[in-house]
Amino acid sequence: MTWEVVIGLEVHAELTTRTKMFCGCPTTFGASPNTQTCPICLGMPGTLPVINRRAIEFGVRTALAFNCRINTACRFARKHYYYPDMPKNFQISQYEEPLAEDGWLEIDVQGGTKRIGIQRLHMEEDVGKLIHDGTLETAPSSRVDFNRAGVPLMETVSKPELRSPEEAAAYLRAFRSVLMYLGVCDGNMEEGSMRCDANISLRRPGATELGTKVEIKNLNSFRNAQRALEFEVKRQAQALEAGEKIVQETRLFDADKGYTRSMRSKEYAHDYRYFPEPDLVPLKLEGAFVDGIRAALPELARAQQQRFVAQYGLPAYDAGILTQSRALAGYYEAAVSALAPGGSTASPASAKAVANWIMSELLRVVPGDDERAIAESPVPPAHLAGLIALIDDGTISGKIAKDVFEKMVRSREDARTIVQREGLTQVADTGAIAAIVDQVIAANPKAIADFKAGKTAAAKSLVGQVMKATQGKANPAIVNTLIEEKLAKV
Amino acid sequence: MIERKDVEHVARLARLALSAAEIEKMREQLNGILAYIEKLNALATDDVEPTSHAVPMVNVMRDDAPGPCLPRDEALANAPDRAGEFFRVPRIIED
Amino acid sequence: MTDPTRLTAHELTDAFRSGAATPSAVTEAYLGRIAKLDGKVRAYLTVTDGRARAAAAASDARYRAGKPLGPLDGVPISYKDVLSTRGVKTTCGSRILESWVPPFDATVVTRLAAAGVVPLGKSNMDEFAMGSSTEHSAFQLTANPWDLARVPGGSSGGPAAAVAGDLAAISLGTDTGGSIRQPGAFCGIVGMKPTYGRVSRYGLVAFASSLDQIGPFAKDVRDAALVLRAIAGVDPADATSVDVPVPDYAASLGEGMRGLRVGVLEYDTAGMDPDVQRAVTAAIDVLKGLGATTQAVTLPTADHGLAAYYIIAPAEASSNLARYDGVKYGLRALGKDLIDMESRTRAAGFGAEVKRRIMLGTYALSSGYYDAYYGKAQKVRTLIRRDFDAAFEHVDVIVGPTTPGVAFKHGEKEDPLAMYLNDVFTVPANLSGNPGISVPCGFSTSGLPIGLHLVGRAFDEATILRVAYAYEQATTWRTRRPELA
Repeated sequence: MTWEVVIGLEVHAELTTRTKMFCGCPTTFGASPNTQTCPICLGMPGTLPVINRRAIEFGVRTALAFNCRINTACRFARKHYYYPDMPKNFQISQYEEPLAEDGWLEIDVQGGTKRIGIQRLHMEEDVGKLIHDGTLETAPSSRVDFNRAGVPLMETVSKPELRSPEEAAAYLRAFRSVLMYLGVCDGNMEEGSMRCDANISLRRPGATELGTKVEIKNLNSFRNAQRALEFEVKRQAQALEAGEKIVQETRLFDADKGYTRSMRSKEYAHDYRYFPEPDLVPLKLEGAFVDGIRAALPELARAQQQRFVAQYGLPAYDAGILTQSRALAGYYEAAVSALAPGGSTASPASAKAVANWIMSELLRVVPGDDERAIAESPVPPAHLAGLIALIDDGTISGKIAKDVFEKMVRSREDARTIVQREGLTQVADTGAIAAIVDQVIAANPKAIADFKAGKTAAAKSLVGQVMKATQGKANPAIVNTLIEEKLAKV
Repeated sequence: MIERKDVEHVARLARLALSAAEIEKMREQLNGILAYIEKLNALATDDVEPTSHAVPMVNVMRDDAPGPCLPRDEALANAPDRAGEFFRVPRIIED
Repeated sequence: MTDPTRLTAHELTDAFRSGAATPSAVTEAYLGRIAKLDGKVRAYLTVTDGRARAAAAASDARYRAGKPLGPLDGVPISYKDVLSTRGVKTTCGSRILESWVPPFDATVVTRLAAAGVVPLGKSNMDEFAMGSSTEHSAFQLTANPWDLARVPGGSSGGPAAAVAGDLAAISLGTDTGGSIRQPGAFCGIVGMKPTYGRVSRYGLVAFASSLDQIGPFAKDVRDAALVLRAIAGVDPADATSVDVPVPDYAASLGEGMRGLRVGVLEYDTAGMDPDVQRAVTAAIDVLKGLGATTQAVTLPTADHGLAAYYIIAPAEASSNLARYDGVKYGLRALGKDLIDMESRTRAAGFGAEVKRRIMLGTYALSSGYYDAYYGKAQKVRTLIRRDFDAAFEHVDVIVGPTTPGVAFKHGEKEDPLAMYLNDVFTVPANLSGNPGISVPCGFSTSGLPIGLHLVGRAFDEATILRVAYAYEQATTWRTRRPELA
């Protein structure tokens, strides 16, 4: 039997503001426990929240990038439940009046692209961290670190328009790319900067009603999200085919064991008792505030990828790799423009050469989605361009260039400095090369004999020997010509 | 009318351990207060906007500028139970 | 000179400037009186004598140098124990915060410290400001200095009794439904609730966030004006504080009644103490005599204010008090697991009235009831605001009784609803946000003080202070004082 898979995703993203959502504590990850707290984010009696303007700007920026409608009446609400990682035992969140609604995000699917609807985007505060002394079930006690409590969180809920676990993973990749391009989230799923919950149900193809949905929590990587959903599709299909009913429940994905398991169903007894946060006044997001953010929106990855194909003649594959982060794309464009003298347009050949060097060499050294690593790359864009220019003008060979690149990584020097100091300049002196060619021919009578016997590959071996004798510095084109000439004479 | 089970449910939501006698007394008192509150239903409010509070303001925000944090020992100074650098809570069983 | 504890704040600072008295001497007089008499009144939960002496000595030096900080420099004050004081216990009258020592000061405490006041201590209150008699304090009963068998009112009964009993020159209370004005009336002193948003709530331990406001108790209107000026004004730490200029209230006190239109509140007299009615009627005649024009004013929805209040305040309280769970601070009871610990902590740490309101508020917000209760009450709140707005198109101030009766005896009002009815005249101004003041307007036949309630336009505290001052200066009530010794 076939089933149509219906998936909706809720993504929580921690924003890269300097300070927390409602107080001035820093948001730095990994600080010593309970050192990034103040009376406000500890929920001490008498304290009051004040909204971080930048967090709202980040929310609006993201909402605009997701093509959402920004709500002019936007308000915070208190969401109540008891949990020891939440200092006030309510979370300041948004309920009936979220920051934005009704947008979409384009994702790559097999054979093209697809728009996935975004239902709502709202702002809230993160909770602290619990450390169980053992597993949650067996721990005699737990410890609480409130450093994370109050960090700005943006929750984005997709419409149930994803039709497979692969699409869900593609959505997460596209989502993360947008957030990182916007500079609002570092996208680090291991550190919990991006967290995902999924709702999934199955139905008969063509059915209009949705099936009973199951919520899966704890999807902390693209891979785990896809694995968990794949497991859940199988589990639900088997259940339905066996005539069982799907229980509406929350399930937890166990990444080690590769399956989802039911959390207690009492989870559904939650009664959040939302009401408007009386300590905050409403936000009226409109006019210059929103227009200013809209005007400053950066070009996003998908648009940039298309532009790279059109502008630089790159294959879509290359453009895709180069736009995995705004920093890498920026690196690429900086290197290309450094190769084009005085504001002229770089040739398609050098644009492709830069792409090749980044993909084959730079990305071995620097992770392409790590903005900071790229910014601090040991080989900055101008140095890479300088290296390529040395190849283009015949100063060094492509082979030598790879060694030079390794040296550049180690020493952070530019290519010319290394080439000059180490005497790596390519030998283009025909007379000098001719002398070495003669020596090589004289020393290899067997190769000459082979060549005469029609084994043309013997010529290649001679070229190799000449290159070896010159430590790779001889201009390979000149060597080729000279060998051909000499062989024709013998 | 609020019944006993309603009182028990609300007490669970509010994390209040109440004795049987307290629950009964609470039921009576809450019903008395709610009966008084019923008088609100005499007012027509269909087209009335709610007032969350009396301040007619919007867009009060602060700059994303760091302020001082509490030293850890001050953050933990009032904790009923601590474990080194952390607050400590007893065994968590989901409800 | 006369006993300095009898003097108002402005009389004290006059004496400090002239050299007739020093802040340290006056502080010693207050500390001595507290040591001698607070055993009868029980206004204080904590006396901060060390801090008081240090502040007084610093103030002495400023006067000696001829550089006092302003009109409150060296004046001994008491803070309701709901206002956070760095390094000093802030209990909110509750077992659950019995040992709570905040690491920060409330904004009002910071501002008054900058004005040079001398902090005598923290005064008693109904637990978490829920009550009208201060009988709901977890720690002690406070007596009304006029009759020790009676309540001082509440929830700010401690700070009110402290000023009335000359155990502080001035004090700060908080008013969510009448908790400054009602004890002000019961204790025969001036008590004022400023406009919502006028005074920062940062450091005020929240009861009902959309209604709470901090205000002064004082021995006369001028003192109230001086204290308000010192604490008012926008605060970046309170997003609901409003950036409206703070006038020099004391400077405009003497502008008199001429040209002012006084709205005389029409109210249901059922259940009213006839002494209160007579006193209020007489007070209105005094205002007329001072040149005011009067006209009758009705607030048609105000009758429903109490009902709306008893949804909104408990709902917000149930939320604000959720944080007291035995994890981060305060009491912790033993339990077999987390939920058991939390439930037992809250059961042991909260008193009956607080539990009642948490239950009521939780119920009103719970699934399926929001629209019928909280939503409805918020709409009624809009209607009450409209009533006030309509009235203030025709009048500059609305005058009526602060309370239906005078101070009652300890234990007299057992039924929660009967207690709640005390707030019937004060609650509407909390719901609408308008400023209100209670000023003494006479005594019952049994010799207990009666308060006149004045309500003004939002952020127009100046006008109600001016009217209260004109009335006060035209009468002699303030010369009658309770005798404690």
